[in-house]
Amino acid sequence: MLTLETRPQWRTLLDSATLLVPDERPAIIYLETDKAPVTVTRSQFMGEVIRCAAALQTVGIGARDLVIIAHIQNLESIYGFWGALWLGAVPSMFPTLTEKLDPDHYMQSMAELTRRSEAKAVLTTDTFAPELAKRCACPVYGTSDWLPDRDEQSETTNMMLRRPKPGEIAFLQHSSGTTGLQKGVALSHQAVLNQLASYAGALELSEKDVIVSWLPLYHDMGLIAGFIQPILQGIPLVLMSPFDWVQHPALLLRAIHEYRATLCWLPNFAYNHLARRVRVRDSEGLDLSSVRAFINCSEPVRQGSHQLFLERFAANSVTANQLAVSYAMAENTFAVTQSLVGEIANTDMIDLEALQRDLRAASVAADAPHAAPQVSCGKPIANTMVKIIGDQGEVLPERSVGEVLVKSDCMLTGYYHRPDLQPFDAEGWYKTGDRGYIADGEIYIVGRSKDLIITAGKNVYPQDIEAIVYEVEGIHPGRAVVFGVPDEREGTELIAIVAEVDVTDEADRKVIYQALRQQVVRAAEVSVSFVSLVERGWLIKTSSGKTARTTNREKWLVERAEGRL
Amino acid sequence: MTETEVREKLRQFILTDLIKDLKYALTDDEGIVSGGLIDSFSLAEIGVFAEQEFNVYIPDPDLTKAKMNTLNLMVARVMRDLK
Repeated sequence: MLTLETRPQWRTLLDSATLLVPDERPAIIYLETDKAPVTVTRSQFMGEVIRCAAALQTVGIGARDLVIIAHIQNLESIYGFWGALWLGAVPSMFPTLTEKLDPDHYMQSMAELTRRSEAKAVLTTDTFAPELAKRCACPVYGTSDWLPDRDEQSETTNMMLRRPKPGEIAFLQHSSGTTGLQKGVALSHQAVLNQLASYAGALELSEKDVIVSWLPLYHDMGLIAGFIQPILQGIPLVLMSPFDWVQHPALLLRAIHEYRATLCWLPNFAYNHLARRVRVRDSEGLDLSSVRAFINCSEPVRQGSHQLFLERFAANSVTANQLAVSYAMAENTFAVTQSLVGEIANTDMIDLEALQRDLRAASVAADAPHAAPQVSCGKPIANTMVKIIGDQGEVLPERSVGEVLVKSDCMLTGYYHRPDLQPFDAEGWYKTGDRGYIADGEIYIVGRSKDLIITAGKNVYPQDIEAIVYEVEGIHPGRAVVFGVPDEREGTELIAIVAEVDVTDEADRKVIYQALRQQVVRAAEVSVSFVSLVERGWLIKTSSGKTARTTNREKWLVERAEGRL
Repeated sequence: MTETEVREKLRQFILTDLIKDLKYALTDDEGIVSGGLIDSFSLAEIGVFAEQEFNVYIPDPDLTKAKMNTLNLMVARVMRDLK
């Protein structure tokens, strides 16, 4: 296995255990509702990877070429990803077009992405390829365009012409950004290997582990923890599609029971989703005791969500010691910190008023006024450093709240084809934009950069949603505001739109109301939970004429609580 | 329980818990999922509600966007197995 001790023996991701020892052990078990599980052995996996590599080479893909995989989450996209790696090309997983999305909007952003990043090819579904091909500067291949049937493929020799060097870019992770400007986080082979070596230590990873995941592969948690890591370490991955899991959450629990899974990464909302939306009948008799850690990651951790999960699944042998936490980001490949596996993550009781007033996380008794629990993200993993700085850039002592900076041996090389974006300061620190503090060496995250909404693990910028809202007929630009509303029940932030409208006719208002929800889903693939149509003059503007999101949110919360909205 | 009662219970549930807007004029054949009013998370929630409220278990393969898109479809599915 890849550990800090064995790290010198590994050069690139092609040293992955699954590829080096292609025997009959399971590499991936793919699950779908209402279908029989598909088990892919290591040797089958290896065969498929080489088949894909040969097919990619045939369509002209070579070393260092960027290949965008905008496919549905299935085995083909997985083999395609590793096939590209095998050639020394640079694959990048990207969300596919779903029926919910506005095709025009999606294709425009794909066209922009392929143009800016000079992608060599896009791999997608047969259905979607012809339309997308009209928009993109590079070739777009549906399955049948690039991957011949098994019996039709001629030569798969002549492969492995060139091994990538450790410092070369292995793949890109696309992070979300404002107004559709997606940044490609470029990660080198050595950065990914460094991360997984350090992380294996923090997780006490062993060959007995089994990872289960429903996470999307275009998200760092799904890509690194729930995909690259198991293939690289040679431990089985039980995988399902996020679309399937969201609708049928019990699928995950059945998978844990069936395959004795030991590690599972989840964003905070998933604890609520599982606790609230798995029917009793569906969880009865399932044993979840094999799990060493459910790792809460990628949105602020709420103690209430852990509590809800514990209570709901106590009968399935879930205990507090299984509830771990990690703080992670694509720019550090993945994990920055990890709480101790096998122990409940620490909770720090702090005075919320002192936090807001003095930017100090003052420790208080649980029953003190304004006491609020902060769940620890644990200590930094090996070879990763964290510091907290104040507004003037000064390093802050423990329990002072400031911006979180990270420095490590597993950071991004840069943003792909974006020399204008410099991720590091002069000393090599990466400014995360997150706010937090350190106590007893453990990291606590208390907030994100202003206005950012994290809903169901997804980063959403309100200005992006507002831009969509302004396009809706009946809404005037500048006369709507979008903000996040923390929701205990869902364990995440929900999105609210408040828009001023002039029309008074009920039927006309309903059209606007529906259009708002629909167009946001279609353009941004996030659901709007609250829509309030208000009369002109409702929104509070700043002196410079801008809409102040925080003030308007306060007003909205008050009026909603009073039943006026 | 009559069909009318099932319909009203489901309507209240959708307005209160899913759309979160009691004033919304929801029609019986309006596409709730396709219209972007609710998302995929809500499909699982409908399953929980149907079990708790009507003691009707809708298996996962039936909890899909196509099969739960309108109030009419939900009512029919619940009525089918209502005892």
